[in-house]
Amino acid sequence: MTELRPDLALIAQNVAKGTRVLDVGCGDGTLLQVLRDERQCQVNGMEIDPGDVAECVGKGLSVIQGDADKDLAFYPDGAFDYAILSQTLQTTMRPDQVMEELLRIGRKAFVSFPNFAHWRVRLSLLWGGRMPVTRLLPVAWYETPNIHHLTVSDFRAFVEERGIKVEEAWYLSGDRLRGTSVANFRAEHAIFLLSRS
Amino acid sequence: MATAAVIAASEVLELTEPLPLDCGQQLEGVRIAYEAYGRLSPARDNVVLIQHATTGDQHVASPHPKTGKPGWWDRMVGPGKPIDTDRFFVLCANVLGSCMGSTGPGSLAPDGKPYAMRFPVITIRDMVRAQVALLDTLGIDKLYCVVGGSMGGMQSLSLAANWPHLPERIMVIAATATMPAQNIAFQEVGRQAITADPNWQQGAYYGTGKAPDAGLAVARMAAHITYLSEASLTEKFGRRLQDRASKTFGFDADFQVESYLRHQGASFTNRFDANSYLYITRAMSYFDLAEEHGGLLADAFRASDARFCVISFDTDWLYPTELSRKLVHALNASGAQVSFVELSAPFGHDSFLLEVPALDRVIAGFLSR
Repeated sequence: MTELRPDLALIAQNVAKGTRVLDVGCGDGTLLQVLRDERQCQVNGMEIDPGDVAECVGKGLSVIQGDADKDLAFYPDGAFDYAILSQTLQTTMRPDQVMEELLRIGRKAFVSFPNFAHWRVRLSLLWGGRMPVTRLLPVAWYETPNIHHLTVSDFRAFVEERGIKVEEAWYLSGDRLRGTSVANFRAEHAIFLLSRS
Repeated sequence: MATAAVIAASEVLELTEPLPLDCGQQLEGVRIAYEAYGRLSPARDNVVLIQHATTGDQHVASPHPKTGKPGWWDRMVGPGKPIDTDRFFVLCANVLGSCMGSTGPGSLAPDGKPYAMRFPVITIRDMVRAQVALLDTLGIDKLYCVVGGSMGGMQSLSLAANWPHLPERIMVIAATATMPAQNIAFQEVGRQAITADPNWQQGAYYGTGKAPDAGLAVARMAAHITYLSEASLTEKFGRRLQDRASKTFGFDADFQVESYLRHQGASFTNRFDANSYLYITRAMSYFDLAEEHGGLLADAFRASDARFCVISFDTDWLYPTELSRKLVHALNASGAQVSFVELSAPFGHDSFLLEVPALDRVIAGFLSR
């Protein structure tokens, strides 16, 4: 079995078998392969990097080279049971609009992102006075693709404001789960399963 | 390792039934020249149909009989190549209306004289209908994949839309589902160059000892520019002069690029029929798959459960990526399984025929499972 990143493994475990899935920002298609081969899903991907798309096509996956900010608009409503956006939200131009699109084309959406309020990030900013460079955010401010940093608390506030229902949430530090109450401080990244309530 | 594809057949098939056409007429005694490579599996489930571009032909991976040059996709088709003839039975037919053995305006009509302009105006769908008749005759009712670049890609889409039971995979390279105005415009320039040549003789030049070679050469020169990119022209020729130290203050081919184009135009007339050029470009101008399906492109693919792979090139300004994206969006809307990638290559529209390793990988990958 393919070795999955902890957040992807968590998503894979929680996708119902035999469903239709779109992975937005699917990279080399690792998650899609697992969902296809181990959970019998009908899988589709979107990826901005042409090299990754070519690799996906070589794995027999249906993947479109496209941009989450622009190209989700062309999928019909409810085309998928799940739309997945893993570690990509913070790289989009308009995360709010991308979220709306995810929940329009997917009946449910998995969204995962690095938590900017993790204690290491806080310490780095507090004591160093510099934009944090950490394991999950390894790139300096001027070349990071992460243009919209957010925290677990930001995201919770956002979904509440938009009337989006949180079906489930997981908070990870490394590959260890953290509790909800300490998540904004202890979690390196968060995974939400959302739906339109 | 042998790299030449083994030809299984190079034949001309004559259809026993008349071929109905979109214009309402039908053609009797249609001949289809085709080549086949590799071996048909006992289950007949390993057929890859390749559809050729405007002035292409069935000689995909065998030397062209007139020019002696290697087949036009020799680099892609053969043992161990991306379209692997050790695994697939590869078929390619010369399109209806062409001049390499399939019935076209230069062929003899039932009255024993060349059709010339009596040949009916054909469509991309008519070309595909002829190929489907060929498949029927060969006893092939399933295509592992259909692959087409440029006008070949339009045929692939037409096949997917009109004979959805046939292809399991459809690969469309540097093509479009609807011919845009700019391309219609370029094609009209080519046709006008031909018909303005006094040797065209209203198309009835066969047997007169004169053919509209000058007009056909100009048509080819204009079209050839659209197949390249500014970057590739600049790199290949720049402003360099042709075998001379300075400009001649005349109208010879002073520049290398002029000399190259003149050569391209002249050599084209040795292998292609001017009337075929008229008919084939007309068919392309007419191509609008959305129009054929009530104006909604997505509806063209509703009956298909095939997997699609759409490829464009970033320097192709004749069939730019935007056209492929429109197609992909329609495929998405129809619920089809579709992959799409825009590859980076410097050669413009012709990239699909040239050395682009990323294209090899995508094609091999798409065919792999």
